[in-house]
Amino acid sequence: MAVGASVAEGLPSATEGRGGSWPGVSVAPTFVDELILEVGEEAGRLLGCLQCGTCSSACPLAAYMDLTPRRLIGLVRAGAREAVLGSRAPWVCASCYACTMVCPKRIPITEIMHGLRRISMRERTFPRRFPTPVMSREFVSMVARNGRSTESLISLKLYLKTDPLLLVRNARTALRLLRQGRLKLRPARIRGRRELRTLLDAATG
Amino acid sequence: MTTMPASADTHTYPYYPGCSADGVGRGFAGSLHAVFERLGFPLVDLVDWNCCGATAWPSVDDSQALALGARNLALAERARPGSEPVDLVASCAGCYRALLRSAEALARGPTRSRLAGALEAVGLAVEGRARPRHPVDVLVNDVGLDRIRAAVVRPLTGVRVVSYYGCQLVRPLSTFDDEHDPVSMDRLVEAIGAEPVDWPLKTRCCGGSCYCGGPVIGAMPEATMQLSYLLLREASRRGADVIATVCPLCQFNLEGFQDQMARRFGHPLDVPVAFLTQLIGIALGIDDRRLGLHRLLRWRPLPIRTVEPEAAGHARR
Repeated sequence: MAVGASVAEGLPSATEGRGGSWPGVSVAPTFVDELILEVGEEAGRLLGCLQCGTCSSACPLAAYMDLTPRRLIGLVRAGAREAVLGSRAPWVCASCYACTMVCPKRIPITEIMHGLRRISMRERTFPRRFPTPVMSREFVSMVARNGRSTESLISLKLYLKTDPLLLVRNARTALRLLRQGRLKLRPARIRGRRELRTLLDAATG
Repeated sequence: MTTMPASADTHTYPYYPGCSADGVGRGFAGSLHAVFERLGFPLVDLVDWNCCGATAWPSVDDSQALALGARNLALAERARPGSEPVDLVASCAGCYRALLRSAEALARGPTRSRLAGALEAVGLAVEGRARPRHPVDVLVNDVGLDRIRAAVVRPLTGVRVVSYYGCQLVRPLSTFDDEHDPVSMDRLVEAIGAEPVDWPLKTRCCGGSCYCGGPVIGAMPEATMQLSYLLLREASRRGADVIATVCPLCQFNLEGFQDQMARRFGHPLDVPVAFLTQLIGIALGIDDRRLGLHRLLRWRPLPIRTVEPEAAGHARR
């Protein structure tokens, strides 16, 4: 995957962001309120965003995002709900918190990224065939069932569901790990699986 | 300042290994146990701990993600009854971050009651005594550099160590070190007689983050390789004999794909990447197998410089 291609593909055209008109972009003025409910009061600090771009310059993955953190925050404030929830930027985020640390307005950008992931997951607007949403779902269903995650099985499922070719590409590394005793193939399970299930149900309830 | 462990008679810490401890991070858990035991602060695995939820669970349901951590904190408090604080040692940076988030949510009004209610549904409770601690924090601030220096039997003289802290060890809720320019690992490197190498990428994301290297290499191979390559190249350029890590995901991400990166970027790469606790273990004279050195994919004996007997005492300082 070439860098250039991954950046250009699926980008809501750059002119759309710069121009005054927003063809095809629906605006929801209550989007910030929704995000505050989802993430917490601190998310409201995005209203004071200076659009300085320090977040985007600190982000190690900005080059791979269709919308950089600065643009994403700007679009949230503008109420461009659809553009934001259809973006893959939150799913590219590695949760390294570099942006959150440098933001002069102390906007909890990483937490906002996670909040956007949750909304797009609920409304099924997340980018299709992009691996991280698949990964998150597989991870959650495995841990809900077993109480623990088993790296090998999650990777396997992810590869099968997104790009089976990766199985071949990563086979050598996997075999070396296996030889060094660093790849468990049997699923790890806790004893309190039923207890965990009850806890998770009660937490959402 | 941090306090001593909960039960002062035994000096043991409850330990949260995390799911990677049994997989790619096996050398970490083993060396950690060995080092803490040698220093007189044995770690005791938390019974029936559950996965921390990483960053995958907050992407789906945040109340549940916080509840996962809350159960682990509750188990730690139950294992240590009394009124003392309970320091739960969590070695994976991702787990450490997730547990800190739960601890914070349990201390704050809006999320507290919901979490407490969920715990109550399974007969558990949190008083707020449990505090997630990272082993680097415990080694520097509880065990202390003096005690570590005194336990060194084989100083790693002349070994140039680049410390890679990773992103989630020192932020967002962690407070034991500076979030931009942390120094704890370097102080530990110094304490075991090695030479800490300064560099600007201490906390720059390696691309592994909270997914294990495999999936991210799978998800965004180009991005992950670029990020890791940047770190590995800079470490080599500064003459590192070894990169020290303290997170199973960073370690694997930096160690496991060097050949692929060398092919991709047309520049040879061969930098051993070990867990800091393995390096400390070597200095404390702990057996290589116990430290899990045989589990590393790219390991060679450290170039420890032999010193004249009269100079040895000085090197130990």
